[in-house]
Amino acid sequence: MLGYSIKRVALALLILVVVMLGMFAMVYVIPGDPASIALGPRATPELKALLIQRMGLDQSLPNQIWHFFRAAATGDLGIDVWSKRPVLDVILEVFPKTLLLGAVSLCWAVVLGIGLGCLAVIWRGTFIDRLLGVLSVSMIAVPSFVIALYSLLIFAVWLGWLPAIGAGQSGDWGSQARALILPSFAIGVSWVGYIARLVRASMLEVMGANHIRTARAFGLPETVVVLKYALRIAIVPTIAIIAIGAGSILSSAVFVETVFSRPGIGTLITGAVEKRNYPVVMGTVLFMTAFYLFVVTAADLLIARLDPRVRDVLRG
Amino acid sequence: MSALLEVAELSVTYRAEGGDVNALRGVSLMAEAGEVIGIVGESGCGKSTLAAALIALLETNATVGTGEVRLNGRDILSLPEAERRKLRGHDIAMISQDPMTAFSPVLTMGDQIVDFQQHSGLSRAARRARAADMLRKVGIADAEICLRRYPHELSGGMRQRVAVAAALMANPALLVADEPTTALDVTMEAQIIHMLRSLRTEINGAIVIVTHHLGVIGELCDRVYVMYAGQVVEEAPVDDLYHAPRHPYTQALIACDPGALGAGQGVLPTIPGRPPDLTAPPPGCGFAPRCPLADGTCHSKPPPRVRVSAQQTALCHKVVS
Repeated sequence: MLGYSIKRVALALLILVVVMLGMFAMVYVIPGDPASIALGPRATPELKALLIQRMGLDQSLPNQIWHFFRAAATGDLGIDVWSKRPVLDVILEVFPKTLLLGAVSLCWAVVLGIGLGCLAVIWRGTFIDRLLGVLSVSMIAVPSFVIALYSLLIFAVWLGWLPAIGAGQSGDWGSQARALILPSFAIGVSWVGYIARLVRASMLEVMGANHIRTARAFGLPETVVVLKYALRIAIVPTIAIIAIGAGSILSSAVFVETVFSRPGIGTLITGAVEKRNYPVVMGTVLFMTAFYLFVVTAADLLIARLDPRVRDVLRG
Repeated sequence: MSALLEVAELSVTYRAEGGDVNALRGVSLMAEAGEVIGIVGESGCGKSTLAAALIALLETNATVGTGEVRLNGRDILSLPEAERRKLRGHDIAMISQDPMTAFSPVLTMGDQIVDFQQHSGLSRAARRARAADMLRKVGIADAEICLRRYPHELSGGMRQRVAVAAALMANPALLVADEPTTALDVTMEAQIIHMLRSLRTEINGAIVIVTHHLGVIGELCDRVYVMYAGQVVEEAPVDDLYHAPRHPYTQALIACDPGALGAGQGVLPTIPGRPPDLTAPPPGCGFAPRCPLADGTCHSKPPPRVRVSAQQTALCHKVVS
């Protein structure tokens, strides 16, 4: 298990390094030098030279890469061109809001997904099972921003039950919670479909397995059979899909935060792209990549913890 | 005084899309304590359904039409599920068909064997110690290591030994082995049969071995029930079955046993045709379409059960006592 963990973490770090190199290369590919973009068309050559020196752009390429990595390793992601604040501070200020949105979206997906999946198992082969199947596929097919727009129209504009924009008043938990409902549902709903299908398939497969019969043949109580012998296996592919979902949910947040005008990573990155605020764009992408790798690696380790066959395959 | 295990006129039907399948059609058998009985037949003859009924674990789409399975005089099929659950793993134990898939792949052998003894009332540590003792008895030297292993880390033969050990630990009144050696290669099969033979005396109850393999029956059993199309077509002590089979199906089955193929016989005989469709069983004898002796009566009237000797019966129009 330890060897496998080290391997997985090393792989995640390697991916991160590749992403950073890619981003570094992007700065060179983009036309125009970063200094004139940062300072604007009316900058004097002296100012430009000063900034180029301060940004380290006059140094050799390996030197620049080395500085970039060293700075990133210590959490220094550069300075926001507009607000002149460290990029990491800007990100950390809005990240909890996106994290909360993502977590609540994931709750929708997991609770509704596992619930509907189990209902489909209980009523397998009936009309309800087929209806849930059609519903799940529709939920997967419709993009989250479409759901966002329609739910906004129905629940906020026509019915007026829930707030249309913003994240709620600061300090007022009720208003913040109500502001969370629509955007999180819009993001989570497509994952409800995935998880429901997956839970249905893997539960059906496991409950028909020979070892479930063995457990029953030794008179184990049905709760032990389902929770210890069946769900533990059925949950493994679900964890993998939830981890992938975590990444996709964060990218959906970019659209959905814009639709609902919520502060968060999504609005931060769209705003930064519009204003050509490259340090913020790069910092945010790097930060999200690192976060996503963290989630996926954690899920891999959890799966290996739950299923000994996975760790043996990867060890062997 | 009734027998330890008595199956009386048991009929079991499966609900299925293409029509209900009459998997068991009035099966009767009995077994005394200390006896080993064999149930033999080809695929689809209903022997696995019978095995499931014996451990009171029929599929959810199976319904018991008529008949009873009495263990120590109690009809186990009419008990509520909670009562049946108390019997399983205590009075009744099973050795599963396929050792590859019989254990949960994500739990250690020890964890599962400890769970399987949940009727014992012992602590988990005590159950584990008991499991280690039993594993040594079935020929696993490194019992402690084996308990820490996951199923995929053991060979098929090892897993089947663990399965036998788990069943023996229940000290059951009835031990049902459903195709205990089918999934194993020939050397493993021989080892497991040898082990089962040496353990016969350890078991106080009755053992029922379900198989399509006549060799296994000959090695292990006292008496044999031959099944065909959901019915017991012949019942006989094992020696009589081999040397004086009476039902035409049994005769054909023994002729087809590769183990009995003599020198100079180049071609293995087979039984032409196929078993009848059990969604619509024939009115007469189920074997009639494949039987060399069959006449009009065989096709139209159900065959009588003819008693050939004190311990041998055959379900056939053509057998005379």
